[in-house]
Amino acid sequence: MINVAEKNSPACECGTAGCCCAQSTVIIQPAWIIGSVNTAIGDISQVAAELTKDDMLGSWKCRWGSNFRMNYKVLPGLYAVGNPDNNSPVFVTGNYKMSFDHLRKNLKTLDAWIMAIDTKGINVWCAAGKGTFGTTEIVNRIAKVHLAEVVSHRLLILPQLGAPGVSAAEVQKLSGFKVSYAPVRAKDIPEFMKAGQKATPKMREVRFNLWDRLILTPIELMPLAKYMVVGFMIIFIINLIGAGWAEFLKVFYRTLIDLIPYLGAILVGTVLTPILLPLIPVREFAWKGWILGLLWTAFYIWHAWLFISWKQIITYILILPPISAYLAMNFTGASTYTSLSGVVKEMGVAIPAMLISVGIGILFLAVKVLVGF
Amino acid sequence: MVDGFPERMKNVKHQYLKNVVTLEFVQQKCIGCGNCQEVCPHNVFKLEMDKAIIQDRDACMECGACAKNCPPQAITVKAGVGCAYGILLGKLRGTEPTCGCDDPEDKEGSTCCN
Repeated sequence: MINVAEKNSPACECGTAGCCCAQSTVIIQPAWIIGSVNTAIGDISQVAAELTKDDMLGSWKCRWGSNFRMNYKVLPGLYAVGNPDNNSPVFVTGNYKMSFDHLRKNLKTLDAWIMAIDTKGINVWCAAGKGTFGTTEIVNRIAKVHLAEVVSHRLLILPQLGAPGVSAAEVQKLSGFKVSYAPVRAKDIPEFMKAGQKATPKMREVRFNLWDRLILTPIELMPLAKYMVVGFMIIFIINLIGAGWAEFLKVFYRTLIDLIPYLGAILVGTVLTPILLPLIPVREFAWKGWILGLLWTAFYIWHAWLFISWKQIITYILILPPISAYLAMNFTGASTYTSLSGVVKEMGVAIPAMLISVGIGILFLAVKVLVGF
Repeated sequence: MVDGFPERMKNVKHQYLKNVVTLEFVQQKCIGCGNCQEVCPHNVFKLEMDKAIIQDRDACMECGACAKNCPPQAITVKAGVGCAYGILLGKLRGTEPTCGCDDPEDKEGSTCCN
């Protein structure tokens, strides 16, 4: 019976990312734990400062599926990067493995401690907003890992984006540890440390550049793909019933073509609007989406006008842009600069507008079908 | 990401709605510690002659970091996540805006979480 779990060494646990469980009590360490560092309270797991292909693949998979990333965690606890001693700095992060990986890879030039607190596998910013990356958990974790016995200084370095959940003064009062905030991007940490834990205004500013925006689009798109497939199947069956079984292939292509305007509206709202975000000359996300949605509709009509009736044109103009607008509006949640007050104000006008436009469109369609004009 | 990429797209200054944020700052209480400048993700605050000033109010995203880290509590803001989906969900459930992250049933909706 091999028990790898020492008193304060976060051992592997079934279900944690990268771990596998053999029978009985044999616990296998994940690949990113490469050794241990001896301290006053025992052995602390030492983590690699280089990410492996598996680590990077894991981060990539997080961008594409909710289910995967909601379970992509490391055990909360104390870890070592390099060969830290009782004078080495302590960096704090959440236990979402992507956050953890991102931090450790940027500490490779240092000997440091990483205290991963329990944010339930959620990234630092979101957890801070909800209070999970917060004063209480930090203070509790300091006690749980016996940090005061591992290091002789009383300094904690927190990610700046954890600040919405943390009162630095409270942490100091309750734990004795003074908090300093490292710059937004972990890659600036070495320079921050060299300057005596000082950051420039540029380092403190969150950016939202093209790549930052693009990387967020797959996760918005994936859930919609399911609905598109179901929608396709429903329309296909309806069309098939109308045309007869012999026309199977024809109906299949016909249905695909019917879906193109909607597929376009979806891609415009979830991918194109984020890409072109700063270039569209209105501030509200819903109107950004609406404008691009209208352009798409015009583009489609321009190409398909020989094959569609004026009634279909009207329906498209009423229904497609609101779809793009709604999806673009949802991008506010993934963006880095929208305020709650602003989004509420934007929605106050945009939601009624979408409902009215789609409502009239559906009404028009219903009347057309019922009255048959 | 690419050299020669138009300067406007590199480190572009995003602007959201004007005159909406609930950020309030009482300068008389300010002790000039600089915490607000340190934690703000959009450089809303600047230290000028030992006191903080608001240099760009509309850049505020109401994250609450400044208010939480202001020792004399000179700053207040109604902090919350600027997420349309979260606000909608809150309205439908009759609660405050919520991502639904904590709800194991609502995995698909939780795109804002990670």
